Amino acid sequence: MNILDYHALLPELLLAATVIAVLVVDLLPVRKAWVAVVGLIGLFASFIPLLTLGLCDSLSFCEETGVRTMFDGSYTVDTFSLVLKGLFIGAAFVALLMSVGYLESGRFWEGEYYFLLLASVLGAVVMASSRGLITIFVALELVTGPTFLMAGWRKGDARSNEAALKYFIVGVLSASVLLFGMSLVYGVTGELTFPGIREAIVGAELGSPGFKDLPLLNIGVLFVLLGFGFKIAAVPFHFWTPDTYEGAPTPVTAYLSVVSKTAGFVGLLVISYSAFADLRNIWGPAVWILAATSMTLGNLTALRQTNIVRMLGYSSIAQGGFILAPFGAAVASGATGAQLEDAFFATVTYLIIYAFMNLGAFAVVIAGAKRIGSVEISDWGGLYQYAPGLAGLTLVFFFSLAGIPPFAGWFAKLVMFSALISMDNAWTNVLAVIAVVNSVIAFVYYSKVVKSVWFDPVPEDVLSGEARNVVVSPALKLALGITAIGVIAIGFYPPLAANLGEMTKTFVAGF
Amino acid sequence: MSSFENGWALTLIVFLPLAGAAAVLAIPKAQEEAQKWTALLFAGVSFVLSVIVAFQFDYGDAAATQFGTRSDLTWIGIINSNYTIGIDGISLPLLVLSGFMTVLAIIYSWNHWPEPHNPKIFSALILVLATGMNGTFVALDLILFFVFFEVVLLPMYFMIGIWGDRNKIKVPVIGLETEMRLYASIKFFLFTLFGSAFMLLGFLTIYFQSGLRTFNMQELAAGGVAEAELGNLAVWVFAALFLGFAVKVPMFPFHTWLPDAHTAAPTVGSVLLAAILLKLGTYAFVRIAIPILPEQAQNWAPVIGILAVIGIIYASLACLAQTDMKRLIAFSSVGHMGFVMLGIATLTDIGINAAIIGMVAHGVITGLLFFVAGSMSHRYHTREMARLGGNQKLMPMMGGILAFTAMASLGLPGLAGFWGEFLALLAAFNPMDGLSTGLFRTLMVIGAIGTVLAAGYLLWMLQRVNFGEPSEEWADHDLHDVDKYEMAAWVPLVVATLAIGVFPRIIFGATSDAVTAMVKSVFGG
Repeated sequence: MNILDYHALLPELLLAATVIAVLVVDLLPVRKAWVAVVGLIGLFASFIPLLTLGLCDSLSFCEETGVRTMFDGSYTVDTFSLVLKGLFIGAAFVALLMSVGYLESGRFWEGEYYFLLLASVLGAVVMASSRGLITIFVALELVTGPTFLMAGWRKGDARSNEAALKYFIVGVLSASVLLFGMSLVYGVTGELTFPGIREAIVGAELGSPGFKDLPLLNIGVLFVLLGFGFKIAAVPFHFWTPDTYEGAPTPVTAYLSVVSKTAGFVGLLVISYSAFADLRNIWGPAVWILAATSMTLGNLTALRQTNIVRMLGYSSIAQGGFILAPFGAAVASGATGAQLEDAFFATVTYLIIYAFMNLGAFAVVIAGAKRIGSVEISDWGGLYQYAPGLAGLTLVFFFSLAGIPPFAGWFAKLVMFSALISMDNAWTNVLAVIAVVNSVIAFVYYSKVVKSVWFDPVPEDVLSGEARNVVVSPALKLALGITAIGVIAIGFYPPLAANLGEMTKTFVAGF
Repeated sequence: MSSFENGWALTLIVFLPLAGAAAVLAIPKAQEEAQKWTALLFAGVSFVLSVIVAFQFDYGDAAATQFGTRSDLTWIGIINSNYTIGIDGISLPLLVLSGFMTVLAIIYSWNHWPEPHNPKIFSALILVLATGMNGTFVALDLILFFVFFEVVLLPMYFMIGIWGDRNKIKVPVIGLETEMRLYASIKFFLFTLFGSAFMLLGFLTIYFQSGLRTFNMQELAAGGVAEAELGNLAVWVFAALFLGFAVKVPMFPFHTWLPDAHTAAPTVGSVLLAAILLKLGTYAFVRIAIPILPEQAQNWAPVIGILAVIGIIYASLACLAQTDMKRLIAFSSVGHMGFVMLGIATLTDIGINAAIIGMVAHGVITGLLFFVAGSMSHRYHTREMARLGGNQKLMPMMGGILAFTAMASLGLPGLAGFWGEFLALLAAFNPMDGLSTGLFRTLMVIGAIGTVLAAGYLLWMLQRVNFGEPSEEWADHDLHDVDKYEMAAWVPLVVATLAIGVFPRIIFGATSDAVTAMVKSVFGG
């Protein structure tokens, strides 16, 4: 086998080429919109090799099949990574569409922004394939690094500066915590790749006792978990989120809450289910606690918000709790391989659906903010009277987030519950009940926005006649269209998302 | 014909209204006539199809699932959930009722658009509601059932929230002042969501812990396998299902959302809420809880019976304290659903037959009562019974229909309401073997007192609203009597009330064999 499998690396290579192309086009004397177009084409192009890799078995030019491993096992292209790469690229495509009009009308720097966004996406795509401590760390930093800058893009606004600085400090802190944990793991096991670490932990070599019960290793595992906890904004490592989400430009917030957050989840999933697969007794309970506290505290705090973006910030913390819940189901000590596969499937499926609905919700906020000139929930009153289409989309995305059929969110909740219930364990059942109560609480604040939009009168002081006639940019319309169709189609026919989730199950196979 | 029977007919009945909703939304806002006709067309075709199905239905084999899809028509393969639909004698009357009420609701709406006027969205919501209701009655897969059960929440939430009562009220406990519609809509949604979320956990527990890995209701019910496998968990599962269904019925003490929702909702919303939505809960008891968990049903029957009777008495007393006509009718619904639940709690074929005819009768009668109450408050701009006196003189026709419906509602023999109450009490005299006869006979006696109280409050309502001299304040008002759209919507209901009352075989013909077979297969009696 070649050292480099170019077909397997094609998505990353194309993305890297796009990153450079964007910089070059930015120098040309053309309208900045062209830079965005180049970025969109690049994202689209890098999506295609994902398909050829996934369908390799049935394509004539494709010789190699199965899992492709490179760099001594620290970089792997399997169905799990392909599905997640697809999700990252797709979500980034929508996030980019959302940014175009926003940057233009706000007169922000454009070329550099697209460069940073695409570099961050490259990191996320690399993350999905990383199977080693070094690759995963580099990938994570590549995802986060550019977003520090993007969060401060509205540099005239003090809140945006605060957002960037807070995010930066927390980001650096969490990176060092993560790195410390990794160094402990490496120090104990002497391995860098996940399969190697796993073998060392159980002591696969003849006569080796393994390090399963070594306290130092367990502390290392918890530090790694903690480091990722910051990235996915799980309570109690969430405190940076609301300020950063509120202060950052809204498209960046959308990107942070979907792509960057999902990248964190993916890293956590990969490292837990491969390197630390045999230490479920350590990370299982910890994830259980993170899930329970994230959904409860996220929801309770979201209840009191009056600003939509801030509310969505807390909502994404709570959604993070729901995403962690099936993951925390691993706490069940008697779980069989099939049950763990189901839990893994639930997490991935939830991530896919979450990407559609959360991006959609933010797209609605951007469009609404443009028409109304405010993101205070009370100012959105009576939106349906002058913008029925936007009001309808608000309904779709916010009710989807609340998990109301027939919008996709219900299926995400369903797989989450079914992963918990299937374990037949007291702890997971308790978590299921906590999740049920939380999904009812969540409805209260999601419906607050819908109520304002549909039930309340138009507030007199916010709107001038002109403001109502602002036209939403075509790129944003496309973003709204893609996400809305996704949410409705998955809601009616869930296999659209579930089959993708199902494919990733092979990752857990072998328990 | 074979494709018609392969689930296509039912699929069309369920999804045509949804397609209609999409069509209505596509019509420009100004063309209200086109919107109305489109809505009527889709709802009408769906209803006509259900009538055709009712005629094609093989009543000799009413216990069998008919017009169903193949049970292996996959919907969500990963969780083994299939698109399994079908009807039997138990669901057929309810399916037809649902289509019937939807069409009448659209006809009534023709010139009764509540404020803020927006026929486009209003009729789209009615149609979405119809899809949810019809779907719930034909679903034979638990996940499919859950989705339809939940889909009805959304349109009703909007109907109450947008077109509901704008009077200010003080929210209990919190003390916040808000509009009635806002309070009622969120309360309705939260109560039902809370119940149905637990119901979903119950479904999932059945799926996994029974080891059967199927959501097919019939497979789960066959021979009580699921319950046997569940063991000690069964009691928790039943509790979860009970919570979900009881909130929807609603049973005492989960009923508190209902008076608010009914009072606040626009007329058509109240009608559909009373006529169909409440039945989703009682139907689910008969369709899911009893067949899948028969032993638990037996253990829980006394509890259900006692709560049902408390509901009957409590609702009657509450009715006697009302000054608002719509609120009185709303509380009377709680009482009527108490009789339905009492019938179900006896676990006998008579009791369950009583429950089903009770559901249909309540749908027709209370639906009509809400129509009349809505039309009256539309004219008088008040629902205070103290101010409405003398209605009979001002609007003789309206008063006549109100009197007729009130009589039907109190269970006058010869009208539809009689059978449900009478047979439920009769069944309570002799409940299923294994249930305490003493307890159920006590319940019967208390329930019978409830019928007397029901007669009391309904006659009292009639006396206050219809009789006496009209108040001075209406002298200058132009109060027109029943108009042609109202007539078109109400006459079918009056006819149905009479027909079911005189000739209950319309319903029993479908339900009787199906219920007997169900009780026999479940309890081996």
